[in-house]
Amino acid sequence: MDFGLNDEHRMIVESVRSFVEEELYPHEEEVEATDHARPELIEQIKQKSLEMGFYAANMPESLGGGGLDTVSLTLLERELGRASFALQYAVARPSNILQACTGDQIENYLLPTIRGEKVDCLAMTEPGAGSDVRSMKCKAEKDGDDYVINGIKHFISHADVADYVILFAATGEEETPRGPKKLITTFLVDMGTPGFEVKTGYKSVSHRGYHNSVLEFDNCRVPASQVLGEADHGFDVANEWLGATRLSVAAMCVGRAQRAFEIATEWAATRVQFGKPIGKNQGVSFKLADMAIDIEAAELLTLKAAWKLDQGTAVDQDFAMAKVAATEMLARVSDEAIQILGGMGLMADLPLERIWRDARVERIWDGTSEIQRHIISRSLLRPFES
Amino acid sequence: MKVLVPVKRVIDANIKVRVKADNSGVETANVKMAMNPFCEIAVEEAVRMKEAGTVEEVIAVTAGPSQCQESLRTALAMGADRAIMIETDEVLEPLGVAKLLKAVVDNEGPGMVIMGKQAIDGDNNQTGQMLSALLGWSQGAFTSKIEVAGDSVNIVREVDAGLQSLTLKMPAVVTVDLRLNEPRYASLPNIMKAKKKPMDTTTPADLGVDITPRVNVISVGEPPAREAGVIVPDVATLVDKLRNEAKVIS
Ligand SMILES: Cc1cc2nc3c(=O)[nH]c(=O)nc-3n(C[C@H](O)[C@H](O)[C@H](O)COP(=O)(O)OP(=O)(O)OC[C@H]3O[C@@H](n4cnc5c(N)ncnc54)[C@H](O)[C@@H]3O)c2cc1C
Repeated sequence: MDFGLNDEHRMIVESVRSFVEEELYPHEEEVEATDHARPELIEQIKQKSLEMGFYAANMPESLGGGGLDTVSLTLLERELGRASFALQYAVARPSNILQACTGDQIENYLLPTIRGEKVDCLAMTEPGAGSDVRSMKCKAEKDGDDYVINGIKHFISHADVADYVILFAATGEEETPRGPKKLITTFLVDMGTPGFEVKTGYKSVSHRGYHNSVLEFDNCRVPASQVLGEADHGFDVANEWLGATRLSVAAMCVGRAQRAFEIATEWAATRVQFGKPIGKNQGVSFKLADMAIDIEAAELLTLKAAWKLDQGTAVDQDFAMAKVAATEMLARVSDEAIQILGGMGLMADLPLERIWRDARVERIWDGTSEIQRHIISRSLLRPFES
Repeated sequence: MKVLVPVKRVIDANIKVRVKADNSGVETANVKMAMNPFCEIAVEEAVRMKEAGTVEEVIAVTAGPSQCQESLRTALAMGADRAIMIETDEVLEPLGVAKLLKAVVDNEGPGMVIMGKQAIDGDNNQTGQMLSALLGWSQGAFTSKIEVAGDSVNIVREVDAGLQSLTLKMPAVVTVDLRLNEPRYASLPNIMKAKKKPMDTTTPADLGVDITPRVNVISVGEPPAREAGVIVPDVATLVDKLRNEAKVIS
């Protein structure tokens, strides 16, 4: 067993940390204050991250990506996670599912997205289909060589700045022993396709400057060549490529928690009340100890899942465990960090109140904590099923 | 021209250094280490010279225990072409390091050595000067500007009285100051490439250098805490205190 980072890991962490501190931190206040990440600012970060090779670091080197193994990528995500979500997002990690592109899709979607010329977004969730995503009503009906799409998606992240959407829509139903089951197909749909409209979404407590949208499809016609992967097998494509997204959520939570912890630790060591630093009281210092344990445990689970993915031995429950541990840890750590700072912890002058607000969405998106626990417990009990 | 860039692994500049309980040195166990900031500036300068076409090859070298390879990898990721690791667990003093570097210079034949003016651990500020003396090369310490011009190099030195411009005959040992440049952080592709760049390992014995320490460290302690200052009510009191208490004016 070896828990150490190698030279590449160490250098990646150092480089990304410097990048985050120099290129992202200085703009955080602006994004928080305005709930807007200016396009020029996003472009500047994007260019710089392209230069540094951080852009599309998740994609294989042969496609022009960073070609990082999962452990390295997880460390990169952890460091980016320290900064405001809207800003770190400018360092795009395009959806891995794009690697399922074939034929012209490679030149039209995959490669330009890796080069930073196009931005992707991904739409599964609907007002009536959240955790139970297979119950989606958005449907695509075959008409000659085309599909005609009708329906609504909501909560779709950064669709307002995307060039196309990776869309999941129902294309039929099959009979199974447990009743009828919807068949899902994945499509690549360009913004501006007639019959497809992106509307302003809801205002969220988390991640200012990073918006969600409502997507409306009204007889939107796309050719069959826009199907990503095999028709009717959209969830197979998703399962093959999207598992590691939860690792990225977990890693970013660890990074954000580490930043909150550093602020809280320094405060505990330097804030003097009753004639001594508040950290001299066990009421405060034991909080720090618990936070350190909490962060370390979540980080180990996250890195272990990443390592297992590199070894080819990861299973769904590894990602689920890492996601639950890290997202729930962040909620506790950001809350305690604010407690240690007292009133100052709530003020927008420090990043803590942002980290605390931002923590909330992490237990919900990419599969709620309950759904992750469902995944874990299902695999625990499965051996006993007859 | 080849350029040799010696680099040193030191306690990270952002870490608060602690003296060991037995006063034998400073605590390094479980402490974050990094490349000496002045060495980073030296690597950056050499890499920029290579990018500008004045230099063909940048060779990074370090001496110390095997973990010091870390700093060499960082130098390679910043753009050095290859590295030399002089492995030893012995205590290294500036003269010992200067002799090791002279041996490397004799083997490699660089036209110039660019190095930090000092390492932030010992703050000795001796190695570059000693190396130039051992080699009989020109010496330019504390530079904030370096321009190679054929057989000579024009430098600007930061000295107490201001800036001093000099032209040194090549070959030369140049030590760099803080304002020379801002070192880059390594890009992802360069970090990946660094893994494949050559790193030779040698030892003081292989180089035929005796590094036996000549200085005996008796005790390492914290500097005395500074006494609190006073705020004086007016200029007259200030002048009086400077004259009669501090005795710095007459
Ligand atoms: C800011 C934001 C951005 C998002 N971005 C995207 C995006 O880009 N693309 C996209 O497709 N989706 C996106 N989502 C959707 C996100 O993935 C869903 O919110 C999530 O899957 C949960 O669905 P829901 O909100 O409809 O909650 P519901 O599924 O309605 O769940 C409500 C509650 O019931 C619980 N629950 C549901 N089923 C069970 C069960 N079987 N057992 C126990 N408890 C259960 C849930 O855990 C939750 O606590 C985003 C969401 C948010 C908030």
